[in-house]
Amino acid sequence: MKKMMLGNEAFAYGAYLAGARVGAAYPGTPSTEIMEAYATYPGVHAEWAPNEKVALDVGIGAAYAGTRALVSLKQVGLNVAADALFYSSYTGLKAGLVLVVADDPSMHSSSTEQDSRSYAKAAKVPMLEPADSEEAKLFTGIALDLSEKFDTPVLVRSVTRISHSATPVEISDVPPPPAPSEPPMYDRQPLKFVMVPANARTRHPIVVERLEQVKEFAETFPHNRIEMGDESLGIVTSGTSYQYAREIFPNASFLKLGMVWPLPEKMIREFASRVKTLIVVEELVPVFEEYIRWLGLPVRGRDIFPEIGEFSPHLVKECALAAGLIEEEDKAKAEAAATTAATPQLPNRPPMLCAGCGHRALFHVIRESGALVLGDIGCYTLSFAPPLNAIHTTGCMGAGIGQAHGVAKGGVKDRIIAVLGDSTFMHSGIHPLINVLYNESNVTTIISDNRVTAMTGSQQHPGTGITLQGKHTTEVKPEELVRGMGFKKIDILDPHDIDNLAKVLEDHLNSNQPSVIIARRPCVILTKERHTPPIVDKELCVDCGSCMEIGCTPLIQEDGYVRIDPILCNGCNLCIKICPAEAIIDQQKE
Amino acid sequence: MKNIDFLLAGVGGQGTILASNILGQVGLKLGYDVKKAEVHGMAMRGGMVDNHVRWGEKVYSPLVFKGKVDYLVGFEMLEAARWPAYMSSNAIVIVNNYRINPPSVNMGKASYPPKDEIASLLTAKGERLIWVDATDIAYNLGNAAAAGVVLLGSLSTFLDGSEEEWMEEIADLVPPKFLELNKQAFVEGRRAMNA
Ligand SMILES: Cc1ncc(C[n+]2csc(CCOP(=O)(O)OP(=O)(O)O)c2C)c(N)n1
Repeated sequence: MKKMMLGNEAFAYGAYLAGARVGAAYPGTPSTEIMEAYATYPGVHAEWAPNEKVALDVGIGAAYAGTRALVSLKQVGLNVAADALFYSSYTGLKAGLVLVVADDPSMHSSSTEQDSRSYAKAAKVPMLEPADSEEAKLFTGIALDLSEKFDTPVLVRSVTRISHSATPVEISDVPPPPAPSEPPMYDRQPLKFVMVPANARTRHPIVVERLEQVKEFAETFPHNRIEMGDESLGIVTSGTSYQYAREIFPNASFLKLGMVWPLPEKMIREFASRVKTLIVVEELVPVFEEYIRWLGLPVRGRDIFPEIGEFSPHLVKECALAAGLIEEEDKAKAEAAATTAATPQLPNRPPMLCAGCGHRALFHVIRESGALVLGDIGCYTLSFAPPLNAIHTTGCMGAGIGQAHGVAKGGVKDRIIAVLGDSTFMHSGIHPLINVLYNESNVTTIISDNRVTAMTGSQQHPGTGITLQGKHTTEVKPEELVRGMGFKKIDILDPHDIDNLAKVLEDHLNSNQPSVIIARRPCVILTKERHTPPIVDKELCVDCGSCMEIGCTPLIQEDGYVRIDPILCNGCNLCIKICPAEAIIDQQKE
Repeated sequence: MKNIDFLLAGVGGQGTILASNILGQVGLKLGYDVKKAEVHGMAMRGGMVDNHVRWGEKVYSPLVFKGKVDYLVGFEMLEAARWPAYMSSNAIVIVNNYRINPPSVNMGKASYPPKDEIASLLTAKGERLIWVDATDIAYNLGNAAAAGVVLLGSLSTFLDGSEEEWMEEIADLVPPKFLELNKQAFVEGRRAMNA
């Protein structure tokens, strides 16, 4: 039987079928649904760790203990977890460990465009790359087998178009291996697992030798396959690029790589010898192309296809046309020309804070304060855009507080706010906040606490007191953490009480000491709260534009007045508090 | 078996994913190879979303090709207007008669294209355009969020699969609490085409 599955669901399914019993992750688009799907299988422990580094250490621990483990993260998450990836490459494991890393070419939901194949190379670990959901399922299981066979963590690379594409997956009749009847015995092997320099020096040659063995294995790995067609053009490719190239070059010959590191030298040489022209179709970093060049083989790739941005079928096609690799039928040409000419400039539609979102009230007040705002990553980052214009930096998760401290030490005299979300605080906000106290700067840190990891689709985190598997647990409260650190000035408030927020914020900014404000209002997607929307009294509206400054989608500028769309509005009534003319009328009072 | 390519375009949060899930499963049930690309993440906060669904004998790319789309389903007027280059000249275009202003329009910095301009963009190559009052219909049924299933009902009248077969996939994918609403939405969407 076949079932449509997202790539992400298929990674989880493959891990489950292969007997992975521990899963750990931190959410991040496009990887989030992997751990969510995995958590639904019976007999597994799946968790949201506070960040990716913790998640990977957890997976490594489980694998040291002899239990197969799945860790999933997005490309920038692997930056956070990189330290753990490198040491686990040296120690190896006991049971299999698979790390599914989802890249985001074109940065649909990311701050940097990275190709995680570079990490496989740097950490000297094998990496597989599926081209659809069926392969996502299969490769996750294969990765766990290879992890045990070669005593190494194994990376599986996804990209947005694999993670978030659904394709048919064969549902297995074979159940996963049964749980062991006895608890695993921990094998204490200090020479293997304690990476002091002396031990690490003995492990490194083992790592290099292991990579050679995997490379030999890659030569006969059935998912590295040559599909011979017309010999005039040979294409080395993998993943989604394979799918696009398959449609655009229906007659060409293909070397489809299922293992994208290490690369099968003999197979590549053989393929190259059988075709007249050799090209590489790969997104982002020219990993295959550089390797093939290094082998001394003539190959084209970067001169045909860009190394920035996501591929699409028409991009691959246009590049192939420009390079003279294919020819277009006249009819298609004419049609393409006709439509490009006719398409006018349409207004853009960037993502927005939801109607009723607590971040909106907070950032409205923050902007009014005129302070310099060192921001972070989450839904609230959307407040950088007009009309709120209230965030001045966003780097990576947890960066804002450290930057704020640095800006202060750099001598800037602006009043300084660092702002981050509750999940970001748990992820990487704690250490920089300790630094603000320890090294003394008068930064006001605001935790915009909507009680959830909203940006990635409403995931739990330590501050919510609920686990990924829905169990109630210890709620790790940000206020207790900051009190415990030693902060003396801490306020907790509802950002929708904007008068109070403005007062408290002024007090903090002028207090000449490091301080913390926790602005707490649950996410509207979480609460699904909806109240009767207010109505604008056209007679009273002076069309001053004040309410437009909060950038709330249901507020619509009409000719000479503002109207509220009752379908889009969730009745939070924030605009009533903003309107200086008292023209917006509450409909919730009887 | 003819290849059929669909593009579902709308605003994040409008339910394009559910609609494309149903469409994908129906395709599989009808014996097609199916691929489908969705938008998750940041764009879901009110940004532009485009979901691709492809039915065929053998489908490689999950993304549709420019100039090859057979059915464009617009969940919002402006979002539909972005895709003329993707449609084939005999495409059928089903658009929700519903407008959500992007922020630049709300702020008076850009203007929302007039409906007749959108219509001419969407029919420039001779495509067939059909307006459906999907959001109004869904709102009157009790929840504007079911607009996508109304549109799917309209779309289904051009495709294989009996009403029962479509309903089975809806029942498989919609939570029980919202099932009745979505079934009604689907029926209303079909009826809108017959009216
Ligand atoms: C290292 C890293 N991991 C994961 C992500 C994906 N991501 C973006 S924002 C975010 C968390 C947002 O949660 P929170 O701070 O609570 O803000 P909210 O979205 O709820 O407003 C995550 C996990 C990322 N950008 N970087």
